[in-house]
Amino acid sequence: MAGYKPVAIQTYPILGEKITQDTLYWNNYKTPVQIKEFGAVSKVDFSPQPPYNYAVTASSRIHIYGRYSQEPIKTFSRFKDTAYCATFRQDGRLLVAGSEDGGVQLFDISGRAPLRQFEGHTKAVHTVDFTADKYHVVSGADDYTVKLWDIPNSKEILTFKEHSDYVRCGCASKLNPDLFITGSYDHTVKMFDARTSESVLCVEHGQPVESVLLFPSGGLLVSAGGRYVKVWDMLKGGQLLVSLKNHHKTVTCLCLSSSGQRLLSGSLDRKVKVYSTTSYKVVHSFDYAASILSLALAHEDETIVVGMTNGILSVKHRKSEAKKESLPRRRRPAYRTFIKGKNYMKQRDDILINRPAKKHLELYDRDLKHFRISKALDRVLDPTCTIKTPEITVSIIKELNRRGVLANALAGRDEKEISHVLNFLIRNLSQPRFAPVLINAAEIIIDIYLPVIGQSPVVDKKFLVLQGLVEKEIDYQRELLETLGMMDMLFATMRRKEGTSVLEHTSDGFPENKKIES
Amino acid sequence: MVEEENIRVVRCGGSELNFRRAVFSADSKYIFCVSGDFVKVYSTVTEECVHILHGHRNLVTGIQLNPNNHLQLYSCSLDGTIKLWDYIDGILIKTFIVGCKLHALFTLAQAEDSVFVIVNKEKPDIFQLVSVKLPKSSSQEVEAKELSFVLDYINQSPKCIAFGNEGVYVAAVREFYLSVYFFKKKTTSRFTLSSSRNKKHAKNNFTCVACHPTEDCIASGHMDGKIRLWRNFYDDKKYTYTCLHWHHDMVMDLAFSVTGTSLLSGGRESVLVEWRDATEKNKEFLPRLGATIEHISVSPAGDLFCTSHSDNKIIIIHRNLEASAVIQGLVKDRSIFTGLMIDPRTKALVLNGKPGHLQFYSLQSDKQLYNLDIIQQEYINDYGLIQIELTKAAFGCFGNWLATVEQRQEKETELELQMKLWMYNKKTQGFILNTKINMPHEDCITALCFCNAEKSEQPTLVTASKDGYFKVWILTDDSDIYKKAVGWTCDFVGSYHKYQATNCCFSEDGSLLAVSFEEIVTIWDSITWELKCTFCQRAGKIRHLCFGRLTCSKYLLGATENGILCCWNLLSCALEWNAKLNVRVMEPDPNSENIAAISQSSVGSDLFVFKPSEPRPLYIQKGISREEVQWGVFVPRDVPESFTSEAYQWLNRSQFYFLTKSQSLLTFSTESPEEKLTPTSKQLLAEESLPTTPFYFILGKHRQQQDEKLNETLENELVQLPLTENIPAISELLHTPAHVLPSAAFLCSMFVNSLLLSKETKSAKEIPEDVDMEEEKESEDSDEENDFTKKVQDTSNTGLGEDIIHQLSKSEEKELRKFRKIDYSWIAAL
Repeated sequence: MAGYKPVAIQTYPILGEKITQDTLYWNNYKTPVQIKEFGAVSKVDFSPQPPYNYAVTASSRIHIYGRYSQEPIKTFSRFKDTAYCATFRQDGRLLVAGSEDGGVQLFDISGRAPLRQFEGHTKAVHTVDFTADKYHVVSGADDYTVKLWDIPNSKEILTFKEHSDYVRCGCASKLNPDLFITGSYDHTVKMFDARTSESVLCVEHGQPVESVLLFPSGGLLVSAGGRYVKVWDMLKGGQLLVSLKNHHKTVTCLCLSSSGQRLLSGSLDRKVKVYSTTSYKVVHSFDYAASILSLALAHEDETIVVGMTNGILSVKHRKSEAKKESLPRRRRPAYRTFIKGKNYMKQRDDILINRPAKKHLELYDRDLKHFRISKALDRVLDPTCTIKTPEITVSIIKELNRRGVLANALAGRDEKEISHVLNFLIRNLSQPRFAPVLINAAEIIIDIYLPVIGQSPVVDKKFLVLQGLVEKEIDYQRELLETLGMMDMLFATMRRKEGTSVLEHTSDGFPENKKIES
Repeated sequence: MVEEENIRVVRCGGSELNFRRAVFSADSKYIFCVSGDFVKVYSTVTEECVHILHGHRNLVTGIQLNPNNHLQLYSCSLDGTIKLWDYIDGILIKTFIVGCKLHALFTLAQAEDSVFVIVNKEKPDIFQLVSVKLPKSSSQEVEAKELSFVLDYINQSPKCIAFGNEGVYVAAVREFYLSVYFFKKKTTSRFTLSSSRNKKHAKNNFTCVACHPTEDCIASGHMDGKIRLWRNFYDDKKYTYTCLHWHHDMVMDLAFSVTGTSLLSGGRESVLVEWRDATEKNKEFLPRLGATIEHISVSPAGDLFCTSHSDNKIIIIHRNLEASAVIQGLVKDRSIFTGLMIDPRTKALVLNGKPGHLQFYSLQSDKQLYNLDIIQQEYINDYGLIQIELTKAAFGCFGNWLATVEQRQEKETELELQMKLWMYNKKTQGFILNTKINMPHEDCITALCFCNAEKSEQPTLVTASKDGYFKVWILTDDSDIYKKAVGWTCDFVGSYHKYQATNCCFSEDGSLLAVSFEEIVTIWDSITWELKCTFCQRAGKIRHLCFGRLTCSKYLLGATENGILCCWNLLSCALEWNAKLNVRVMEPDPNSENIAAISQSSVGSDLFVFKPSEPRPLYIQKGISREEVQWGVFVPRDVPESFTSEAYQWLNRSQFYFLTKSQSLLTFSTESPEEKLTPTSKQLLAEESLPTTPFYFILGKHRQQQDEKLNETLENELVQLPLTENIPAISELLHTPAHVLPSAAFLCSMFVNSLLLSKETKSAKEIPEDVDMEEEKESEDSDEENDFTKKVQDTSNTGLGEDIIHQLSKSEEKELRKFRKIDYSWIAAL
């Protein structure tokens, strides 16, 4: 026949933000480390090679920080004016940066002075990047041009003059050494091929483009500008895949998570949003103190670094999971214990007896199954249970009441035990979701323990607290009712005006209805 | 074409299986139980009903195996007869007419020619145990008037009588005393429980009694849950008893095992307790049997027990206390809140079943299909406990959704209300809980209805409640990137002047919703949820509300508590007609415009079938039931009937079932009682004849070919065809179940040989020649018959033969007789 049915624990919907695996993942960071820079942090870039240092571009300096250091381990400060867009090469050994004066400088990580200086731009260079073959550098400048430089002999190879406004962002393809993309304030994103002398693709973003990003596969392009983040399908010739408008100020930076499953965007509205790259829905959002200019994620999403307009660099490290491992693991039975007898083939004369699957029951369910009602109640009145999961305690009290044995379970308790019950009541009686059950329980307790009141000062005090609580609650309810009455009166006065119009409406509305229907 | 007799009210299955103790056959293969006017024979292994023994004209009250022949069964009934059955074949052997109401039956191996019955002769509440001598006679119906009185003032229930120790004594209990009658001494000893004299409210009344099969020991069960074992009762003074106490409530039944080593007891706790060696320490339990144990019986072979339960269920239990089979009838022991519904998928009748369950009951096979656990809580079977009741249920969207409401009200203010929505899962072929809504309303829900319009894209549910509101619930997409999910949310809350909402109903196309608020009916647009218009007749609270269907969809019907039936026209927004009718049940037929209303008067219930378009009823049947009819439902027929008479046309597409207050499920039928009662026996007959297997088709084709040849070779045919049916090898082949047949390779030669054999007989030349001669003579003798076609000859073959006999020689006559023995039934099949 049917087995024991466990007590149904009433679950309540958790209000506010839903807990998803994404919120768990993105909340699993330590409190941020704040580092003050000299000016607005315009670019943060992680070295793709261990130990995953990151370069921070702020004002006329480039700082390189180690993973856990709060002090820069290296500084490049030989810029005459503001530096822009310090970017690591794929091997993490070279660094390139543009500057306000139109120069592009290439640094060795170990050295201090620039290895190469590419001169040719007439205005500030806001974007630089290495191509996939590591021997060329792409740069875009405010003089509307995009240039390709050769590193070994520091010569300009190509110049594209297709943009009609400042070129403020760009990136090179990770797969094809000849392809790179630039976004400009002329609202377009263009893809250039070093093998041809003009752009191969152009998409219209609609706003000044602040940031562009190519997916690792090169098939999708993300552009950010104005309040929009747009995703383009490159393989379909630059078709708009989706347009996201989740920020309420200009989006300034884009970043992909290490798995490629999530896209992050930072904005001047001081928020970083995390999108799923399958559905393009916002799955999580971070808040920061100031407008965000730059954003970077470390290898394996270990660190989130955000640079802001007020020169603060916020560094968040992922919580280490070493804690769990440190727990002494109980020695488990060997693997062969579990497969023992599992591969036995049934012989002809054997009778197979299946062992019924053992159903796991909670401890209180086990007690209830054997009608040990007081013990079940004791179990759920344990402080660990009442504080963490009061709904279980309430459900058990409700179940006992349904079985008609609540009075029996509550009776015959000593001072300590009854004070446990009263503590629980005091804590939860006023909660509307528990109130119907607990008021009933409180009445039963008062009925049972009325004759012995006055014998224990501890219990008496608890009863007084409970009484005060109930009185407070009654006052509160009365006040609420008063408010409701006042509001009703206000609504009634407002409705009177409407009422006349409604009456008029119905008087001519009805024949109309009839006409239509007939 | 069905013969159109009068429409009669007939009981349609679902009768109690737990009325009396079930009886096992000697080999434990079958189990018998009384079921209304019938005795049902079930297989203990497959749980299938093998036979229904029908013949009694009234409630069957007792069954026992014939102690002299264990293949026979005695049954007694309130119609005053004892019948003897052959249960293997389901044949009535004999009827003994006693002539007074028989309430229970006992047999004893020692009393060979008599049985014991409980009768009440003089006063209605005084029952006597008498022995009836069954006269030996060969006739079918025998008068058995020779009654000899055994015990007086006994309890009506057969549980209170037990024969002990090979029929040396009989023990009977009633109220506070136990009486033992010794057959040899012809004396009665009476033992009274001491406490019963002193305390007025002592609860140690006797409830049941059982006797040890070999020792002098009587076990009696008591109201307070105690079991007493009486010994030494030969002496009025020195008798002793011991107590066994586990049950906390009344002991419902007791039974000793065949050897007497253990005692079985059961009660309201629905736990079967086995007391080993009659000691308090050694006891085994079989818990959670689902409902109160009413009866316990033990198979004569001792390998099986069975318990009958109050939820119309018989559980067959192995000796080692493992339940092996469950025979479940329509659960009827509790009040029906949900009403009768039809599951659109299975066409099963759905209503309250076991506590907290919905039962799906197949009307065709009179069998419970399954139970759906709605409340999903441990059921505590205790007297006076307020249980959670399943109060409302409704199917929606062609059986894809099921909504249920459960409530528990302890005091006025403390109401626990929960609404659950279940989705049908095609993979698991069952309902899965989708949404649980706590306290959907502040007060009891009075009505629940789905919008069942075909074009509605979004499932919609409406609940009406006593708190003055009706709520519209819709299915919304709740899925995100992590999982796909749908759930129900409240879409609209409506009210009308804070009146209690009592009924709700969607129009057939789903465009309008009618909600009745006490005396007022409001019509709402189901798209904008605007109040369209109101109807008020000031004729009492609305009890039933329904829209007309198909051509009558412009009408809305309402039945009020003051006994007025109103019909409003929705186009003119005016009352079309009204009639004075105290309507208890109003049900629209889903397949036609018809509406059935059952009215209640002091005499009984009457049925009215009408169309909303005209106030004149199509059909009236008065006095369908003496008692109040609680629920009714139209069940669509699988195959429409074709009644031509106007009065019966309403039964063409659907059948009407209704449930009375005493929970008998009734329906209307035009078939004669025999036809109605013997669907299974007909089926058995059909099985006897040739089954429609592929092999049958081959044979059938074979016959058709022969049909064509018939004209040329009539004589061949005459011999061949009957032979194919008569050859034992073939009949054996056709009638033996496939799994016991030897391999086809082995059978093939036999089969072919048997076919050849028929050729041989034919080639023996005697018969065909004779036939030839016969034919020749025929043609000679009756020239005037020559213009008859051969076919006519063939159909009237036997008749012609008889004409000819006078002119035939003796040897030819012999041959002809041979022919007559041959089965000509095949001719009919041609």
